[in-house]
Amino acid sequence: MSEAQVSGSSLVVDIQRLTRTFGDKKALHDVSLQIPRGSVYGLIGSNGAGKTTLIKHLLGSHFAQSGQVRVFGVDPATHPAEVLARIGYMSENREIPSWMRVQEIMNYTQAFFPSWDARYAEELRQMFDLDPKEKVANLSRGQTARTCLLLALAHRPDFLVLDEPSSGLDPVVRRDILAAIVRTITDEGRTVLFSSHLLDEVERLADRIAIVHEGRILLDDALDTIRDSFHRLTLRFEHPHAEAPRMIGAVSQEGRGDEWTYNCRGERDQLIEAAKTLHAQIVQETPLSLDDIYACTIHQA
Amino acid sequence: MQIHIQAHDGVPIYLQVMQQIKYLVASGRLQPGEELPSIRTLAEQLLVNPNTIARAYRELETAGVVEKRRTAGTFVADSGSPLARKERLKLLNERIDQLLVEAFQMGFDLQDVLKLVQQSELATNQTKKGERGHE
Repeated sequence: MSEAQVSGSSLVVDIQRLTRTFGDKKALHDVSLQIPRGSVYGLIGSNGAGKTTLIKHLLGSHFAQSGQVRVFGVDPATHPAEVLARIGYMSENREIPSWMRVQEIMNYTQAFFPSWDARYAEELRQMFDLDPKEKVANLSRGQTARTCLLLALAHRPDFLVLDEPSSGLDPVVRRDILAAIVRTITDEGRTVLFSSHLLDEVERLADRIAIVHEGRILLDDALDTIRDSFHRLTLRFEHPHAEAPRMIGAVSQEGRGDEWTYNCRGERDQLIEAAKTLHAQIVQETPLSLDDIYACTIHQA
Repeated sequence: MQIHIQAHDGVPIYLQVMQQIKYLVASGRLQPGEELPSIRTLAEQLLVNPNTIARAYRELETAGVVEKRRTAGTFVADSGSPLARKERLKLLNERIDQLLVEAFQMGFDLQDVLKLVQQSELATNQTKKGERGHE
């Protein structure tokens, strides 16, 4: 995604300085986030970090206490129908009326979406092997997730929002969900936002990520850019050291004697320069996994 | 085409895809002129972002490993690609480095390794000719 595309009307989501408190708890603190059209955005953070609260603002379920939220250029809290018609949403708890049958919940949901594609819905139902006569209450966890995914996809939304779509699911259902995301991306111009604590998934699918921690966004950029700004360097020093010598950009370090390994944040050239100043030789250099990058970012906060 | 992605080890996924396709080409498991799966198919198979596959294909094209054909898909470039031998040597050298490091760590020296390589080559040839039985 080039920077030129990240401006103006190409933004599906534009959040400016959003703050939200529940009682005396600050759920979101001065959050700004832009989601360009066509991107696949991974929202990473532990439980209670504020991911779901953030998502609910996009759906208009929460209004902005302070700051501004725009989805497709309008405020979802005041224009819910307009915004929701273009969003496919799967909630974290996957709540759907338990007394309905699969076919009934499909018909019911269809009524809300003018763009509902009945043939596509049927195709998905067969692909997910869902019995139309089965009561939602009797569905397994995996079948419920598939039903929710069907309901989120069948109106071919411009913007797919999935809150922890694969948490607590077995690998087969998780595969279905990831494959559905991949297919959605392949359709030109569709935008996806998904939150996950499974960084493996995020790494596979997202082209941009935001790390949410205690109601703040700590890091928000293209995944490639983020990767380029983290490095793991092992340095060999001329003499043994009892403690790790201080290194510019180091977030954490381990080792002993004359060999120390640093997880660093910064430009590669600068880090190499920093090693030189310490009269150390770089004996190994490896990229950081997204897990490590997440850990470093939280650690720095 | 069998490709396996490890999302944990920090190597960017497009690079993993590139390296494995290069390896398949260099080892002859993908033949010149053979068609690669479409971006969409491979993305769905590996469960990765299609843009990632597109990037891997693009860089493989720049490297001369594959070529795009108009109206058709992406194909393994015809043999005689200047890269092929160089790439094969590079792959082999990486394996040799690994082997030597492990051998030295286990206390073998270069002579031991060379002897073992010769023995194993001999054994492979004998098996091929069906001349077993005189060990």
